Amino acid sequence: MSDTQFDKTWQKRTTRQELWLWLGWLALVAFFVFCWEVMNKNTIWAFVSDAPRQAMDIGSRMVPPRWDYLPSLMEPLWDTIAIATLGTLMALFMAVPVAFMAARNTTPSTRFVRPIALLIIVSSRSINSLIWALLLVAIIGPGVMAGIVAIAFRSIGFVAKLLYEAIEEIDAVQVEAVSATGASKAQIMDYAVVPQILPAFAGITVFRWDINIRESTVLGLVGAGGLGLRLQESLNVLAWPQVTVIFILILITVLVSEWVSAKVRHAII
Amino acid sequence: MSATAATSYPRTWSRPPFVKRAWLRWTLYLGALLYLILSVGSVEVNWVRVWEGLDRGLRFVEGFLVPDFTSRWEDILIGMEESLTMTVASTVVGVLISVPIGIGAARNIAPLPIYAICRAIIALSRSFQEIIVAILFVAMFGFGPLAGFMTLSFATIGFLAKLLAEDIEDIDESQAEAVRATGAGWWQIVNYAIQPQVMPRLIGLSLYRLDINFRESAVIGIVGAGGIGATLNTAMDRYEYDSAAAILILIILIVMAAEYSSGYVRKWLQ
Repeated sequence: MSDTQFDKTWQKRTTRQELWLWLGWLALVAFFVFCWEVMNKNTIWAFVSDAPRQAMDIGSRMVPPRWDYLPSLMEPLWDTIAIATLGTLMALFMAVPVAFMAARNTTPSTRFVRPIALLIIVSSRSINSLIWALLLVAIIGPGVMAGIVAIAFRSIGFVAKLLYEAIEEIDAVQVEAVSATGASKAQIMDYAVVPQILPAFAGITVFRWDINIRESTVLGLVGAGGLGLRLQESLNVLAWPQVTVIFILILITVLVSEWVSAKVRHAII
Repeated sequence: MSATAATSYPRTWSRPPFVKRAWLRWTLYLGALLYLILSVGSVEVNWVRVWEGLDRGLRFVEGFLVPDFTSRWEDILIGMEESLTMTVASTVVGVLISVPIGIGAARNIAPLPIYAICRAIIALSRSFQEIIVAILFVAMFGFGPLAGFMTLSFATIGFLAKLLAEDIEDIDESQAEAVRATGAGWWQIVNYAIQPQVMPRLIGLSLYRLDINFRESAVIGIVGAGGIGATLNTAMDRYEYDSAAAILILIILIVMAAEYSSGYVRKWLQ
């Protein structure tokens, strides 16, 4: 009896499972082909086949970079960093209350306040900062201010989501210990909750600041100030050597901000 | 006796400071304050323009309350169609390309030269944002969703290949060893020892990237790479805030649906 059991060859899946898997892959491929067809119904393939030549052409026009353009980029660079930093700060002020309202263990009411906080988080996260900038440029006019508010609105969801998850994960024993000393609600917050989430909070802040530096470099494309504004100007007049300089500057800025944020996070956590 | 023991302990407690060294702490605080003052000072705000804009803001909020889906429905439909097909196509192609690159970028199964090449590709893809890549691809391929598709596929590589490579580096080595002990070749090790361990996560990451690609596809239209972003940009340029609100509501709904369903699928897979 037991011999026949061992005679079976090992198989990853049963025939039935294989069939379903195969059907699933077939459906996926069919869906992909359908999407590809719909997407490309207006594509002009002559332009596409021309792409390598275009790429060579742009490439040859992008070198040598116009380095004397660099000094005039310093002011937009300062603006870009200001947009990211002040935007992150503004986001923190708005995200902290939202996070406390969204966390299951600190929210005043799970039925009414929590869904509202979660809605704020979701809508902030699902709209890209460039779209926020597009709206805000229309409302408060072009410039650095629109960029700051756009970055802030975009970051609320991110910061609040990560922060409320950190709040939900805190150690309840510490809260109990502090409340056992007869501490008030505010004191419990101050001595038991905040110290536990502070490292996470600092980490999230720096992480978001790093992302915001990236995003604020291109906000100018829709008129919200910073390096993107110069990028837009240079692209409009097809000044490719200037575009190269801007790209290089953006790359350096992003790399430096990544390095700074990694250092700071390493120091905190 | 007990009294002296009690006094030998500190009677008061104060929080440890944020940074131990006092001079460093104060330099940091002062530097941050100085930077804040300078950067806030450099922000020029035209308050008259803001005041006038509040009126538009109000109209925008009104647009959100009464979104206009009908008058621009044709454009919205085309934009959405482009965005959604672009998202699916670019995710599929991006995943297909990033799997071999991810395997090549895992130090424990790839030889050094291949590892270096794959890591270089990942670094290149990650250091440029979608919108900048989109500008270049639009210049190369012309306006339209194909440029967007290329952009999103390219961006997918950096994201997925990096995470996949890290995942492969973190696998349980004993399983690979067990398969190797049966005399399996490199392909068989990848297929029987590594793939089963990373597959659930690969599917999860692909779904997550699908989500991200849709969000990005809503933006790259602003620089001409097709999708709903172009429609949104046009609506904003024409001050049609009710149409813009309708588009935004659709984007939010799709993103939310994608997030919930992908979370559900991921739970079901694991």
